[in-house]
Amino acid sequence: MAELPGDTLRERAVDQLRAELGDALIDSLVKPGDDVWVRVRADAWREAGVALRDVVGLDYFCFLSAIDWMPSPYGRGEDDPTQPQAERDMTIKQGYTGGETRFQLFARACSTTLHFGVTIKADIGDDMTMPTWIPCYAGANWHEREAHEMFGINFAGHPDLRNMYLPTGFEGHPMRKDFPLLARMVKPWPGIVDVEPLPGEPADDAASDGEGGES
Amino acid sequence: MTMLGDRERLSYIASQAADARLNVELETEGMTLNIGPQHPATHGTLRIICRLDGEQVVWAEPSAGYMHRGYEKLTEVRTFPQVTSLVNRIDWLGSFANEVPFILAAEKLMDVVAPPRAQHIRTILFELSRIANVSLFLGDLGVQLGAITPVFMAFRDREYVLNLIEGATGGRFHPNFDRIGGLKDDLPKGWIDETRSVMKKLRTFCDEMEDLLFGNEIFQSRTRGIGVIPKDVALQYGLSGPNLRASGVDYDLRRDQKIDMAWDKVDFKVWTHPDGDSFARCWIRLQETREATLIVEKLLDTLPAGPVMAKVPRIIKVPEGEAWVSTENPLGEMGYYVVSKGDLGPFRVKIRSASFNNISIVPWLLRGVYVPDVITILASLYFILGDIDR
Repeated sequence: MAELPGDTLRERAVDQLRAELGDALIDSLVKPGDDVWVRVRADAWREAGVALRDVVGLDYFCFLSAIDWMPSPYGRGEDDPTQPQAERDMTIKQGYTGGETRFQLFARACSTTLHFGVTIKADIGDDMTMPTWIPCYAGANWHEREAHEMFGINFAGHPDLRNMYLPTGFEGHPMRKDFPLLARMVKPWPGIVDVEPLPGEPADDAASDGEGGES
Repeated sequence: MTMLGDRERLSYIASQAADARLNVELETEGMTLNIGPQHPATHGTLRIICRLDGEQVVWAEPSAGYMHRGYEKLTEVRTFPQVTSLVNRIDWLGSFANEVPFILAAEKLMDVVAPPRAQHIRTILFELSRIANVSLFLGDLGVQLGAITPVFMAFRDREYVLNLIEGATGGRFHPNFDRIGGLKDDLPKGWIDETRSVMKKLRTFCDEMEDLLFGNEIFQSRTRGIGVIPKDVALQYGLSGPNLRASGVDYDLRRDQKIDMAWDKVDFKVWTHPDGDSFARCWIRLQETREATLIVEKLLDTLPAGPVMAKVPRIIKVPEGEAWVSTENPLGEMGYYVVSKGDLGPFRVKIRSASFNNISIVPWLLRGVYVPDVITILASLYFILGDIDR
């Protein structure tokens, strides 16, 4: 039985990536006992994938997807459709390792022998085009097709970006935050408002939280 | 992929050219064959478009998406406790196993750890859903290869396991039993003894299967050497679970990661097979079912006393952060990348399901195989449609 993952392995992985990519590695975060995140420049996405596979030794491709960091203008669909739309804070705030753009690509690869994985992110510029990962991880093919139709990201060099799930000719990209979930637009979800403290229990912040009061 | 794929294609073209030189009048016309979406030999509605040359597949492409329900989008309008009822329906044969990684990811962000008894019961139910899932596979496998008997035995014995899951959780297919911080309830009275006797029955079922199906000469000749996936290709495509271990990769997330579950409390064997063919994939699943019954028994022996629920606030707000948790589900690695913005619900959930990656290898794998082997290979890869489409 191999040794279980340690933070030294994760820190070593970051060092190896930095040596390989230079200043294309923008930021990194090692959470002790948890996981490691790195962010690379978009133009170094392919090189980062190759470095992960060949230098760090992450042989197993886990997933690739994207995040839209813009808060949804529709909230979680808790608004009454007959009322005017609520004001929401629309500042874009990225997660771990920061970022500058609304869309980020993120992927994960793991090692089956060293038993740890790395989550890698990259900002996607306004042209919404990223290099494909197929040459380094063949399994990225379908994941990139999914990201293409769901977020509208193009992958330069991908042989076949047809839709997987949506009908051909579907307009819009459903996983973008400004794509409304129509079911919620027609009828608000009742589950958010009916949280009441049981009799005899201290009424903590249930009342203020329960009535859909969120940013 | 490209290198191996090109080599295969080149050898195929070379053999075609040789055939054409030998026998010009025997040249066959290409034909497109649609297998599915409604076909008795496929689970659910996966459609495979095959381009045939005679009996051989020249090109194949699975067409998924007939059951896409958009769970990743739906999670963004749910609160954290509501998400479990959605993710239950991803791999519907091993529902409980789908809830666990999501709950663990939420617990990781909240810095909550479930009490030891809850972790134990979670692991037991997780292994039971593995048994329920894979025993259906073992029965179905026979049907897809033309043997009828195994399916009756599988459904008979799977019923015992479903009864157990129903007894503990109240739901046969969609338990929705896992909560952030623990479990909804403790085990009912008499459940432990009942489970022990069912596990014995299930081991008998595994022995029967091994004799009846895996020892069968026809079964062996239909599966041995068919659909071989080499180790490096399996890893590149992100195959996981039994499909990966059948290619000789000793990787099992139950053992190979630190996770708040009870697998580290018991000793169990991770089965691998060097061949990487259809037989190996089926054989691994059979061994894992038997191993799962042993894990359940060992866990029942060491079941600690105590509460099954940690102290969590009534209104669950998950602090800002990102977490990735994956577990070794019946079909392979299932994981959730949860992004929270300190809200009642998740900001973004990426669902990494096992079958999506496992099926993405099909275009590579089916090139050059014969039509009857297509069914064998798809059966041995073992996918659940909900797990591909999400």
